Amino acid sequence: MTAETGILGFGAYVPRKRLQRSVIHATNKWFAGGLGGLAKGERAIANWDEDAITMAVEAGRDALTQVDRASIGTVSLASTTLPFTDRLNAGVVKEALVLEDGTAALDATGSLRAATSQLIQALAAAKGGAAPHLAIASEMRLSRPASEGEMVQGDAAAGLLIGQGDVVARFLGSHSTTIDFVDHYRSNGQDFDYSWESRWIRDEGYTGMTVKAVKDALAVLGVAAGEIDRFIMPITLRGVADGVAKKAGIKAEAVADTLAASLGDSGVAHPILLLVAALEQAQAGEKILLTGFGQGVDVLLFEATGKAATLPARRGVKGSLARGVKDENYARWLFHRGNLALDKGMRAENDEKQPGTTLWRNRKTVLGLVGGRCTKTGTVQFPRSDISVNPNDHAYHTQEDYPLADRKARVVTYTADALTYSPAPPSYYGMIDFDGGGRMIAEFADCSPEEVEVGAEMMMMFRIKAVDERRDFTKYFWKAVPVG
Amino acid sequence: MASGIRDKVAILGMGCAKFGERWDKDADQLMVEAYEEAVADAGIDTSQIDAAWLGVAFDAVNIGPSGIPLAVALRLNNCGVTKVENYCASGTESFRGAVYAVASGAADIALALGVEKLKDTGYGGLPVRSRGTTSDMIGVTGSAPGNFAQLASAYRATHGVSKDDLKRAMAHVSVKSHANGAKNPKAHLQKAIDLDTVLNAPMIAEPLGLFDCCGVSDGAACAIVTTPEIARSLGKKDLVTVKALQIASSNGWEMQQGGGWNGSYFHTTRVAAQKAYKEAGVTDPRNQISLTEVHDCFSITELVTMEDLYLSKEGEAWKDVLNGFFDADGQVPCQIDGGLKCFGHPIGASGLRMIYENYLQLLGRAGARQRQTPPSLALSHNLGGMPSQNVSAIAIVGLADA
Repeated sequence: MTAETGILGFGAYVPRKRLQRSVIHATNKWFAGGLGGLAKGERAIANWDEDAITMAVEAGRDALTQVDRASIGTVSLASTTLPFTDRLNAGVVKEALVLEDGTAALDATGSLRAATSQLIQALAAAKGGAAPHLAIASEMRLSRPASEGEMVQGDAAAGLLIGQGDVVARFLGSHSTTIDFVDHYRSNGQDFDYSWESRWIRDEGYTGMTVKAVKDALAVLGVAAGEIDRFIMPITLRGVADGVAKKAGIKAEAVADTLAASLGDSGVAHPILLLVAALEQAQAGEKILLTGFGQGVDVLLFEATGKAATLPARRGVKGSLARGVKDENYARWLFHRGNLALDKGMRAENDEKQPGTTLWRNRKTVLGLVGGRCTKTGTVQFPRSDISVNPNDHAYHTQEDYPLADRKARVVTYTADALTYSPAPPSYYGMIDFDGGGRMIAEFADCSPEEVEVGAEMMMMFRIKAVDERRDFTKYFWKAVPVG
Repeated sequence: MASGIRDKVAILGMGCAKFGERWDKDADQLMVEAYEEAVADAGIDTSQIDAAWLGVAFDAVNIGPSGIPLAVALRLNNCGVTKVENYCASGTESFRGAVYAVASGAADIALALGVEKLKDTGYGGLPVRSRGTTSDMIGVTGSAPGNFAQLASAYRATHGVSKDDLKRAMAHVSVKSHANGAKNPKAHLQKAIDLDTVLNAPMIAEPLGLFDCCGVSDGAACAIVTTPEIARSLGKKDLVTVKALQIASSNGWEMQQGGGWNGSYFHTTRVAAQKAYKEAGVTDPRNQISLTEVHDCFSITELVTMEDLYLSKEGEAWKDVLNGFFDADGQVPCQIDGGLKCFGHPIGASGLRMIYENYLQLLGRAGARQRQTPPSLALSHNLGGMPSQNVSAIAIVGLADA
């Protein structure tokens, strides 16, 4: 029997904060009163120290739960909001995930269906026997204040491990169309989309093009529309997914929830995120039809094997949604996205210049949170050093790599600093001890006052440490986040 | 162990500029202000100085990285001038250079001067600065209060002290120092404050409020040292000699999990204190030390330092503080001049400003704030860096026959 090709594992990450759409509208209704119909529910917003790369790392870690990282052949990152235009964004993800230097990496971008297109390529390579491909999609959406996008979008990331073996969903085939349909566009160097009339997009684009592509795909694959158990149409505009299903002959109950109310449209990440949500629920034998829309349509067909239930526990979409906390500070979010220029004060003038040489030399320490373990005494430390920290044996050159990112930690000391510059004051930080050894002074992220105390359990997350605004460079490092 | 420098070096003269927001003067003018008092006190001519050390911490907003500005400001006689920087221990570090030069016989008369202009930064608090390009990638660039505030969280957890009790003890530290500073014409802040003012002040870094933090100011202080023999030959009768001078630097041990450090105290201060007491022949500090000037950058720093100097038992300093043990009329006064709390903390100057006060107190020249019980041994202490990694400096000076 030949090994099956498909999805070996999955993971997701949704930023913790859920901005209430009603507070957006409360500020903007004097100007954009027509958006009142959208002022319901909540949208996921990335914190000031998150971007498409950091969210991708978290989704990637989730997808690699208890997976041997040396087994990964390729890592890819699909997004239209990549922080770097020319620096391999997936390369940063590779370092953060501590994948082997022999791993291939690529970014996929240019359209909201970049992730589904990338997925088709990864599946084709897997059929040919390629080593597992960690395909991540991540998006931190940018929208103008008082725009429709601001109300309906959300930030999220999701990852799939593609390859041959004990798959949770087998790949049955795909079909793609390409049509230069300019429903919206964003030229190089611009922050915001320019969109055409939504009725035209809905009727000719989302509905017309998807219905045709789905019908053609089912014909090619020899599957009847009625056999589809889960239909993923990652368009959050009300009624669109239901309408497409009806026109294509797919049963109404197969239409997947688009998470419009609880998360928002996460762009490139959205089809993958919804696929992960489907995989978390699908029973063995269920057929899952996934679509991706953007200057044409990708259609992919999977069949669940029921083995998702046997995967090691992970956060997934379910856990990501459960982790959400309500946020009602619209102004803070505008500031964090660069849409509100606050007076940051002189303390924000600190030069954040990053020498390329030191980052390269210390890439495992900085991007991977890899410490050292003395092979003689077993003492764990961060960062590693030539001479051991252990006063009982300052052994020379005995340290081996010791990854700390996936270890839980506990708070030893802490403060909430209102003096130092932070985009989200006060700045929480303190000393933490890792389970199994190792200690560091770390910044804390995503925490509220009641969550931080001596002894509190923390987990590490990959975040933006600082931004060198003078030279347009983002510096990444790890922060401690309350568990739970 | 080396025998140390006890009584090998005497203080010939000292001077201290008025600390504060010195909008009127540059660093070189503050140096002259402190030096004029010291050289008059010493009764020598500038040409007699064989070597000099200059303590400054922030070159970017000061005078650059060399000793030349001191030589130029004082018109020294082309003797060697070394600039030293060791965080907040920079002032004591310059004193150590001068004292060691005399003790070694390399110099008959040596000068130590510390200066800092902090009020040219444009904002309150210490300037933000790097600890190197590697640290910039993995360290936390917190504020000074944020770094030291962490002591409080660990102290509470280690000793089972409630938030309220510790906050009240910290407040007492500041109220006491302001009461002392109100009597000192050279202090930046000369106003007494009450407990409620401290407790209700805006939060700077949890749990440190505004009045738990020392001020930031401009200032300079200066010492001229020589051998006891030369001091006597120059007509000095009441001699203040150096009893001990110790500096301890972290080697990273505090950052070893399971090594023993719990975040609630200063490992280096304990090391430096043990060495200094041995060097000075002190066996019972709580009963032998007459008074102290310690590094009260923040109220919690002073509080735990009382334990690290073995003046209070571990976990009990907060009670001693509340009982007035360290008040001006207590058993071992701490910051009888007002401390960093009222002088502010021009980094390079602070260590010498503390020794200046101890020198005045030992000679009975401290005016309205003179300690009634005649002191014989006085300790000063600086702490640079942050609790998890720092340099601690201790100087004990005393009457020659003490």
